This record gives sequence, C-alpha cells and structure tokens, in this order.
Amino acid sequence: MSTLTAPAEEPRTAPARPAYRVTGRRVLSSEWAKLWSLRSTWITLGLGLLFLVAFGLISASRYKSGIDSGHMDRDFADSTAVSLSLFGANFAQLALGVLGVLVTAGEYSTGMIRSTLAAVPRRLPVLWSKAAVFGLVALVVGTLGGFVAFLIGSGIVSGTPAAMSLSDAGVLRSLLGAGLYLGLVGVIGTALGALLRSVAGGISVLVAALMLIPGLISLLPSSWQDDISPYLPSNAGESMFALTHDSTALSPGAGLLVFLCWTALALGGAAYRLARSDV
Amino acid sequence: MIDARQLTKEYGEKTAVDGLEFVVRPGTVTGFLGPNGAGKSTTMRMVVGLDAPTSGSVTVNGHRYARHQAPLQEVGALLEAKSIHPGRSAYNHLRALALTHGIPGRRVDEVIDLAGLGSVAKKRAGAFSLGMGQRLGIAAALLGDPQTVMLDEPVNGLDPEGVLWIRNLLKGLADDGRTVFVSSHLMSEMALVADHLIVVGRGRLLADTTVADLIREAGGDTVKVATQDPARLRDVLAGPGVDVTGRIGSEELQVTGLTAREIGLKAAEHSIALFELSARTVSLEEAFMDLTRDAVEYHGSTTGIDTLGRPA
Repeated sequence: MSTLTAPAEEPRTAPARPAYRVTGRRVLSSEWAKLWSLRSTWITLGLGLLFLVAFGLISASRYKSGIDSGHMDRDFADSTAVSLSLFGANFAQLALGVLGVLVTAGEYSTGMIRSTLAAVPRRLPVLWSKAAVFGLVALVVGTLGGFVAFLIGSGIVSGTPAAMSLSDAGVLRSLLGAGLYLGLVGVIGTALGALLRSVAGGISVLVAALMLIPGLISLLPSSWQDDISPYLPSNAGESMFALTHDSTALSPGAGLLVFLCWTALALGGAAYRLARSDV
Repeated sequence: MIDARQLTKEYGEKTAVDGLEFVVRPGTVTGFLGPNGAGKSTTMRMVVGLDAPTSGSVTVNGHRYARHQAPLQEVGALLEAKSIHPGRSAYNHLRALALTHGIPGRRVDEVIDLAGLGSVAKKRAGAFSLGMGQRLGIAAALLGDPQTVMLDEPVNGLDPEGVLWIRNLLKGLADDGRTVFVSSHLMSEMALVADHLIVVGRGRLLADTTVADLIREAGGDTVKVATQDPARLRDVLAGPGVDVTGRIGSEELQVTGLTAREIGLKAAEHSIALFELSARTVSLEEAFMDLTRDAVEYHGSTTGIDTLGRPA
C-alpha cells in the first residue's frame, strides 16, 4: 500500500520546474535583442552609415570638380579613390564609438544594469557579449559603408589620377581594414562606457583618445613625436586602412596589432571594474 | 530561503549594514522593517550580488546568488528605483531578461498579464507612471518563477487597487510554499501581509519576531488604573496570568491580563475607589516606534515649525 502511494505523491511535493540556465550564447542573444530594441541604435547606426557614405562622396566630388576646373587644392594633391571615399571614416568612428559607449554606460545611467546583473550575476559574460555584439554590428556597418562609398566614389573620380578599382593592389585590404577599424572603435566605446559608467565620461575619453591626443602630441619635441605618434590609437588605426604609408607610419599589420592592444587594454580595464566594484 | 550570517557592509567610514544575522523561511511572508537608511536596500542588494559584503555572507537556497545556474529561478527581486531602460518597451525589457535564461516567450506574456500590463506592454517604459513601473518590476521579479521573491518597498507609488493586488500576490506566493521577503518602512502595511518580521535600525538587527510577539513585548494590552489604595487593589487583582506593575508611592498601576471591565467590577466588589480606568492598546506602529526610536537616522522636529514662525 505504502509503495503504491509514494510515487503518486511525488509530483505534488516536487512539481516539475523547467530547467532554465544561463549560458554564454543566451547572454549573447539577450544583448542582441537589447541592442535592436532601442530606437537610438537605429538612428546612430544610420548616422554612422550616412557619414561614411556621404562624406566619401562629397570629397570625391570636390576632387573631381577641382580636376575639371584646373586648380587643385593642395590637400587633395596625392589623393586616391580609396583615401577620398574613406574620408568619412573619421566622422563615422564618432557615431559608432558613441553608440558603443551608450550600449554599456547607458545601462548605468538608466539603472538597467541592476536588472542585467541580477539576471547574469557572474557579470563578465555581459561585457563580452556586449562587446562582441556591438563590435560585429559596427564592423558590418563600417565595411558596408566603406565599400558603398568606394564603389560610388571611384565611379566619380574615374578618368582622373586618383582613379582606382577594387582589383588594384591594396584596395580590398584598405576597405576591409577600415571596416575592422570601425568595428574595434565600437568595442573600445563599449569598454570605455563600462569602465567609466558614465555616458558623458565615456564619450569624452573616446573623443580625446581618437581626436585630441594626436593634436596635443605635436607639442612634444619632434624626436619624441616620431617615437610615440605611430602608436597612438588613431594613428595605429589609420595605418590599418591607409593605402600608402610614409616612413614614420606603422605597416597595416603592425597598426592592427597596436590597435588590438589598445582595445584589449580598454576591455581589460572594463572587466576589472565590472568584476570588482558594486553597482 | 535566505540566510544572512554576520552580514556587514561599509561604505568608507559609514557602516550601512552591521553584522546582520537572520534566516528568511519559505511558506510565510517575512517583513523587513526599519526606518529610512536602516540598511534594508543595501541588504537586499547584497542578496542578489549587486553589492559585495565587506564581511560575512548571505546565501540563497544554500548557495551564493551568483553561483546558481539559473539565478532568476532562485530569486526574483524588485529593487528600489527603476531598473529599466526607459527607451525599451515593457515587453522587450522582459524578453531580454528571459533570453539570458532560455525562459520561453509564453512566460513573458504570462507575467505581463499577471502584472496587468497587457495594454501598455508595447509602449516605452519611460512613459510609465510610478505604479506601472512597479508593476513592471514585479513582472520581472516573477519572470523566472522563482523560489524566493524579494521586493523592496513594493507598494511605493501604487494606487489602492495596486496595494491590494500586491497583498494578495504576496500571500498567494507564500501559500505556494515560496519564500517571500518584503521590505517596508510602514509598519501598518506590513501588519496586513507579514507573518514574520525582521526589524533593523542603523544596520543592526533589532528584532526577529512575529507580529503577535512584537505587540506583546511592546506592552501588549495594558490597562491603566489610578486608585486610592494601590496595595489592596494589587492583592485583589492578583491571579494567574495577571501582571500588575506600579511605582511605590504612586496611585497608578499598569495591569495586563485583565480587561478594564473585570478590574472595575473587582474594585467595586471590594469597595476600592478608582479615579481612572483606561485600556491602552499598543498599536503595531507604536511598538515599531518604540523599537526603532534610537535607531532613526533622520529625526524630524515638530517644534521647528513653531520657532520658524516666531521672530527671534
């Protein structure tokens, strides 16, 4: 009798509970869903793409009209179809970097981070997932924008000294390098946002690192400049996608390596703070 | 089940939580009570690992929160302040949390209905009223169908209907055999839902008791008697379960264990003159105030208004 009742009671005392579990892939899919469920993502990515394509086309048109009218701006003298169409990369990196900062620091400013970390209390998977998801998106947007800008831009400047096609040496490498650079800028943005936990702070440091410091370096004695300057994030990054390299600049491979180091440094700092301090 | 052992949190010089030691058990609603700044929110943040204890530990169902494979299934927490991105809809907020655990979409719909958010689920959460925000927070807390539900000031900002909803929800969860841990600085609210009380002040444990015991300890139901002959009245009233106290030389006695009516009849029977006979019921609110008087962080002054109005 007792042997019969025991199994019958079992489902009541231990109701079947679904076996949920946090996994790396699930955190990734959560961050993917989070990214696309905000309007600011669509707007900022659209802006980044617009900057990249529009400024590329504007600079190509300026070059073309300079050639046609016969007096060439000195800045444009040794331009190529690649350098002209990637002119917008400087502006696109701002949009993508800022969105990267928003992806992480935005959670702190809104309080969302408490929900996020209560769901994933091991914390670090959140940072890796955010960096991976947004880095990939920025890479795709940057590569797409670079190719579109080049394909249209090279059409505009065809028949001029700057004319180039995709099959020319280094062109493909430059365009892919630009996409990779913008992807990594996105990762650096997410890392700075997580490190500083402030949207304003993250954007300030990002702008300083990518745009202001290269200018300040020119205040140093010139012998130092040559030693330091190529290793700065912006200059190392530019080496990744520049078609021609002067004697002081790094090679594309070395530029990528240095820029990866900067990215790893920012991510490492962000991981340290995320794991160690209260939210 | 939540188990805190010598739980301590210091912020620089200030000790927010000071050696708290308590157990929250399943099957009942446990109220977590204390004045503002008593360390309730800090304690709850440590339970879910948002803050790390300076020393001591707190575990949930036997393990630290972060060590669970499915944390949302162990503890569902509503913390103070909004923990949402205002640009995201309620539905997308819950879905993003659900995705981390592999919680199916139908559970998201379930908790939206449960919290009464059906009509606003697709709207930006930033446009929600305080009460709607609380409901969304509670929906998120229930998402993983957790064993332990921990809510920080859940009735804040809710309308009367919402307050009633919370009360019934909490009781229902406890009846399911879940651990329910609810903080409040309002004793009156706690008295209606909680069976067990953990009272804190300035980060220290002041009481770990039941609602009934708390009232009894705070003086229970006493009757104040003033009489011409206190010594004789004492003898007349003495009996099992009756406790009479009073200062020597005073006409006043405090009696517990007898009603005012019984005292009056006995006094008349023995021809003892009474000057005063009044029952004094200690409310939970008073019991709580007594307990936390020394532990209130921010004292208001009721005389301050007078002095302000008067030219110095």
